[in-house]
Order: sequence, then C-alpha cells, then structure tokens
Amino acid sequence: MAAPALELDNVACTFVSKDDPSQRYTAVREVALTVGAGEFVSVVGPTGCGKSTLLNVAAGLLQPSTGSVRVFGEPLVGINARAGYMFQSESLMPWRTALQNVMAGLEFRGVADAREQAEEWLKRVGLGGFGNRYPHQLSGGMRKRVSLAQTLVLDPDIILMDEPFSALDIQTRQLMENEVLALWSAKKKAVLFITHDLDEAIAMSDRVVCLSAGPGSRPIGEFAIDLPLPRDVAEVRVMPRFVELHQAIWSVLRDEVLKGYQQQLAA
Amino acid sequence: MWNYIKPRQSNLLAWQVGLLVAIFVFWHVATKPGLIPPIVFENDQQAAFFFGEPLKIFGRVWAWFVTNADIYQHLWVTLLETVLAFGIGTGLGLGCGLWLALSPMAAAICDPYIKALNSMPRVILAPIFAVWFGLGIASKVALGVTLVFFIVFFNVYQGVKEVSPVVLANARMLGASQKQLLRHVYLPSATSWVFSSLHTSVGLAFVGAVVGEYLGSSRGVGYLILQAEGAFDINTVMAGILVLTVFALALDAGVGKLEKRLMKWQPKSGETEKL
Repeated sequence: MAAPALELDNVACTFVSKDDPSQRYTAVREVALTVGAGEFVSVVGPTGCGKSTLLNVAAGLLQPSTGSVRVFGEPLVGINARAGYMFQSESLMPWRTALQNVMAGLEFRGVADAREQAEEWLKRVGLGGFGNRYPHQLSGGMRKRVSLAQTLVLDPDIILMDEPFSALDIQTRQLMENEVLALWSAKKKAVLFITHDLDEAIAMSDRVVCLSAGPGSRPIGEFAIDLPLPRDVAEVRVMPRFVELHQAIWSVLRDEVLKGYQQQLAA
Repeated sequence: MWNYIKPRQSNLLAWQVGLLVAIFVFWHVATKPGLIPPIVFENDQQAAFFFGEPLKIFGRVWAWFVTNADIYQHLWVTLLETVLAFGIGTGLGLGCGLWLALSPMAAAICDPYIKALNSMPRVILAPIFAVWFGLGIASKVALGVTLVFFIVFFNVYQGVKEVSPVVLANARMLGASQKQLLRHVYLPSATSWVFSSLHTSVGLAFVGAVVGEYLGSSRGVGYLILQAEGAFDINTVMAGILVLTVFALALDAGVGKLEKRLMKWQPKSGETEKL
C-alpha cells in the first residue's frame, strides 16, 4: 500500500509564554491523524480546540513539540512544499491585483506561462473579468475565490483548508462548497478540511474526525461518511443517512462543545 | 449672494487662494508706512522694518528670478543638497530598517545606540560636518541625511514588523524564498509606512540644507538669507523664506504624486468593497 499523503503521529503542541516561561499552554496532544492520497478528511471540534494548530503543523509552519509529521512517507522538514494552504482570514497580498495574486506562487517557482495559467484559474472560479482589481475592490466571497485559485493553481498534492468559508453567507458558501467538491472529485487530491460546521463536514468529506475540547485536545472519534458521490451540499442534507450520521457525530461532539463553552465562561 | 460663494468642493480653490490674498493684503495694510496710523509701534516705519512689506518682497523675488536672474545658482545648490540628502537618507533608512527588522539579534544589539542617536539633537552636528566635509555641499547633505535617515528608518522598521502574519505565511506556503519574501511581501508592506514618512522627510531634508548653509557656506538660499539678515534687510529674508516654502511645497507635491501612483492598491476611505 502506498504511503498516506499526510500522517501525523503522536503530535503534541505546547506553547510557552514569552514573558513568563512558567505559563504553558498545551493546545493539542496525542494526535494521530492520517489522510490518504485522494481522501477528503474533515476535522470538527469545539471552538479553541486547536484545529488551526493542527493545520499549521501539517503545513510545516509550526514545529510540533513532540511527535512527527510524514508527507507521502517522508519526514516533513520546514515548509510542506507539496501542500497548498487556504487560510481562514484574509491572506491575499493587498498590493497585488487578483490576477497577480493567483500568479504569485507560479512566479515564485519561475513558471514561464504563469499569466496564462492564472487567467485560466480565475475564469474557473468565475472571476475572469476581475483580474485587474485589487483585493479591497472585491467582495469577501470574491476574495475567497481568488484565494482558492491562488492555492489550486499550483496543483498541490495536499490541500489544507482552515474554515475557508466561515466568513461567507450561506448561499455563497454552498456555491463554493460545491465548487470545491467538483474540483476535488476531478483531481482527487488529499484534503484536510477544518471546520466548526458539522453539516459542512459531513456533506463534503469521506471521513470526519472529532476533537475534544481544549486545552490538550485530541481526536475522540472518527466517522466514515458513506453518502453517495458525487454530492450536492444542499441536497445531501435532507438524506436520511445524513441525519443519522449527524446524530451519531453530534452525540460525541455535544459534551465536548459544552465543556469548551463552560471553560470559556470560567476563564 | 452668500449661497453663491458659500465654501463647497467646487469653489475650494477660490477660497484657498482668497485666504492667501487676504493674508497678504492684511500684511500690506499693517506694514505700509503711512497707510494706517501706528498702533503698536512708535512711528510708522517700524512695522515695515520688523515684518517687511509684501510688495517689496515680491519685487525682491521678481528681481531674483527675472530682472537680475541671480538666484538660480543659489537655488540650484540648495535643491541639489535637499534632493541628495533626501535620496541618500531614504535609501539608507530603507536598507537599515529592512535589515534590522529581519535580524532580531542585530536589532537587539543596536537598539540602545539607535535610540541614543535618535534622541540626540542632530542639528548640533552641523559644525562638526562643516569641519569634516568642508563648506561645500557635502556637509549640508550629511546634515540632511542624519535628519531624514531616522524618520525613514523607524517607519520601515515598524512597517516590516507589522506585516500581516497570515499574508506572510501564505506567501511562504506559495513557495516564496527568503529573497522573494523580502521583494514581494516585506518591501511592499513597508512602502505604505515609508510614504507617510517621506512627506516629513522632504521637509527635513530642506531644513538640513538651509541650516547647513546658514551656519557656513558661500552659496545657497540659506546663504542669501544670512547675508540679508546681516544687513537687516528683512524684505530679502522674507523673500528667501517665501521661495523656500514654495519649493518645499513643490517637492512635497512630487512625493504625493509618486505615492498616488505606487499606492493605488490601498483602499481609500469609502472605497472598500465597492462592487
């Protein structure tokens, strides 16, 4: 069997306060997570449980305190060059136009026909006529689509997504979710998708992993999603199987969400 | 009637010019000997002696630029000093700011010295520069550079420190090398800070040039002003100040134009998300 695209083994991340070294915060611990090649895995969990930390570890932006990360069987050193990362917050370079932003990665790699490829991707996300606009001239949804094109134009083997659609309204969100699903099923990349929205996780993934409440979150449940493919995120929500899965995952997640909420109230 | 001339966007320029004319008219009326009886001074010549007369000042400027045409060599020297000080100071500030912002250890070592140099009253260095570099333009440029450098330096330093961590992480994930990060992320991010400092530094480059000339030189507008002061010729002093002000304004407008061209990616208020 081929090595999985991404393999986190016994990963823990402890942050030490710069001002006071005795102040430690363990965001995640004992995390074992694999994403097979071509598999779409979602991670759900209560707020503040270290979902983004996990993604940063997978991207190589953050060194885990213990444990190891392997990418297609190779230990990860530095930035994960085979992964594309779609961030939760605004990540476009405001001094570049939409087209230049999509081109950026190709330009860094010295690709000759960067402009043509970028233009094609802009068209594919429905922004063909907006190439020369600056990010501040685009709406939030358009900026997300530029981000998507910016990440996917590099054709990464692993796609990391950190609540990419959480800031969008529900209609734009469903459109984007379907777009991502269509692109994913065409290319069959490994996807690690972080979300706090259980519906979104079930509708899009092959597998959903639940994290416990922080600090020291760890995976507490894993569910294979056996809904038929291809899916439409709006239609799939009314299937009986979807509701069953939702109830099963929610029963695991509910206590953790309440725990996380209590901790935030107490803090 | 009032509705017609009421200040609004369309007649803004007329109001601005009108205010300038009003100031000069007031100045003229208050200083012209014999026009109004002396209120503050003992006789009607004194106001003109202390404050100069606008008409004579304009006559002086006219003579400098047209009839005698003898100001050009002085103006050229002063402007050359200003532009050199501005250019060198900005370049050095940009380079050092980027370097120190990107190497925290070097910044930690240099920190107290930079603070000391910045808080030192640097105009006092002018006589030393005159000794080191002579009475030519080099000593004035050196003074201007010390004034400009720190303004630009601190702004670049701050600008690089405040690069959005998400944009930076994104560029790294897109595969940017250290050099590409500098060129495509740090530098553009710092330019907005640099431009806000350039308006201040153009003025300070001028200050460096004129103060340098004032303390010892044989050419330049500062030298003209010094000569006139020695002869209590207040009209020529005022004319010199007027000429300097106009050219400082022109340089500032030039920086503003450049800023507008390079910073068109920045949202202006009320323009965000205009689709």
